[in-house]
Amino acid sequence: MGIIAAEAKLSKSAPVVRKYRALIHHQQDKPVQPDISVKHLNKVYADGFRALKDINLDIERGEIFALLGPNGAGKTTLISIICGIANISSGEVKAAGYDIVKDYRKARESIGLVPQELHTDSFETVWGAVSFSRGLFGKPPAPEHIEKVLKDLSLWDKRNSRIMSLSGGMKRRLMIAKALSHEPQILFLDEPTAGVDVELRRDMWEMVRKLRENGVTIILTTHYIEEAEEMADRIGVIRQGEIILVEDKAQLMSKLGKKELRLHLQQPLETIPGQLALEPVELSKDGYELIYTFDSQQEQAGVARLLRTLGDLDIEYRDIQTRESSLEEIFVGLVNE
Amino acid sequence: MNLYGVRAIYNFEMARMRRTLMQSVASPVISTSLYFVVFGSAIGSRMGDINNISYGAFIIPGLVMLSLLMQSISNASFGIYMPKFSGTIYEVLSAPVSYVEVVLGYVGAAATKSVILGVIILLTARLFVDYDVLHPFWMFAFLVLTAITFSLFGFIIGIWADGFEKLQIIPLMIVTPLVFLGGTFYSIDMLPEVWQTVSLFNPVVYLISGFRWAFYGVSDVHVGISVGMTLLFLTACMVGVWWIFKTGYRLRS
Ligand SMILES: Nc1ncnc2c1ncn2[C@@H]1O[C@H](COP(=O)(O)OP(=O)(O)O)[C@@H](O)[C@H]1O
Ligand SMILES: [Mg+2]
Repeated sequence: MGIIAAEAKLSKSAPVVRKYRALIHHQQDKPVQPDISVKHLNKVYADGFRALKDINLDIERGEIFALLGPNGAGKTTLISIICGIANISSGEVKAAGYDIVKDYRKARESIGLVPQELHTDSFETVWGAVSFSRGLFGKPPAPEHIEKVLKDLSLWDKRNSRIMSLSGGMKRRLMIAKALSHEPQILFLDEPTAGVDVELRRDMWEMVRKLRENGVTIILTTHYIEEAEEMADRIGVIRQGEIILVEDKAQLMSKLGKKELRLHLQQPLETIPGQLALEPVELSKDGYELIYTFDSQQEQAGVARLLRTLGDLDIEYRDIQTRESSLEEIFVGLVNE
Repeated sequence: MNLYGVRAIYNFEMARMRRTLMQSVASPVISTSLYFVVFGSAIGSRMGDINNISYGAFIIPGLVMLSLLMQSISNASFGIYMPKFSGTIYEVLSAPVSYVEVVLGYVGAAATKSVILGVIILLTARLFVDYDVLHPFWMFAFLVLTAITFSLFGFIIGIWADGFEKLQIIPLMIVTPLVFLGGTFYSIDMLPEVWQTVSLFNPVVYLISGFRWAFYGVSDVHVGISVGMTLLFLTACMVGVWWIFKTGYRLRS
């Protein structure tokens, strides 16, 4: 089955899937309201550019939601609107159940934001900057909480250092510490691991998991698929200002992923036998491997048929491997649509 | 009311002033002292009294006003321009603070600094010239009102400015001439009639006149008019700030 066919299938099924999800929400999910609810959100920048087009999105309490999309898709714009940094053009957004315009105080109190860019005050100390953030968000001083946050982020030793003396990775940690200073219910991480070394990336993933265990809702944007794959419960794909898909990660993988079956042959083949000509089968260069690609949503009948045919042809194999396509492949398929 | 938020901004700004103590306090004090040396002692000794006030004493209110205006504008405009410039403004925009609270924090801190500075300059002046304050309450009221008004004005400039030149240009090109032509060094009625009329369009005339009245009980225009004009500017600046936040002008895209 070719990529094009898979995509055609996807674009037709996505709205149905969404409707289906909505249905489940109404019937099964208790009155728990989503932590983030975006309805018919549009954003037109001052220069007339339509950055977001009729975005509808619900993010449940306590989940890790990855917003995946290429550069310029509108990820930062969406986050900026939810956090109050950019104005809504039309539509409605709620955070923690509060309208972000009418009830902006309650909405914003519940949100912590780690922006994409590293914006810091050079002359402030680490401790001062984090305490400032807590105060700004209306919380009384809590040195013990700030101490804990700094220790969790390995910044404790640096608490009295000026920010300008910190390395890039430490500044990134500091931005996270600031975002966590007021104990938010919802945490936004806008491309948290862009340009970050492997160690810090691991630490961050670790931290995100810990936060989730404590019930924090986490929304992260990324264009690293591995990040979404590793971290997220659900994935939304945004492209040119439109959400083109929202799915549970596992379901996304199984529904949209293509599976590959590799048969390691005892004896090499020169060509693909005529009986298999109509099947999506390829032969490796050395002739030792038959590769069969199929849509994992399909019945497994194709596999059985293939194996039967091979049996009829007396082609012997010593090993079978199956592999699911990675999110990356799915993603590339989606955004190149 | 998010008082912790106001306090956070206010303290942050005050800490910034402490870090730049030399710049914030020393330079206006030095330049004011130079004015006293040049105009008060060197030239002033050859000038006659104005309205029975020695020339050195006469220029004190104007010089304090000069520093007060310049400092209020530069403190407040830098205070809001810097986070805009460095990008740290994102945090304030995403915080549960109303625009009144943001203004209280930034403008409050800028005005506090200016008032402290005004007092320091007054004390410095005392080293050069003997003077009395006839109406201390009004003197302080003018000091505070002017500091608030021009800090608000500076706040507006800081939001409007999209480069460092623009930050400097208004204080330099507009405020300095207005202060010099606003009766710092002379009484308006020493001018030819035409220029007296022209001067009445200079808002700073009312500030200096009223401020001087608080010191010596003499003024170019009636003190009631000075108070009224000061409140008028204050209101105008508040409306400007209100409009900025209402529309998100240059803060929220
Ligand atoms: N202030 C702005 N004015 C006009 N266009 C903007 C502005 N900010 C972002 N954009 C445009 O909106 C689109 C989405 O940008 P952004 O949300 O930053 O994308 P992403 O975070 O997904 O990379 C881009 O095409 C960008 O050029
Ligand atoms: Mg972005």
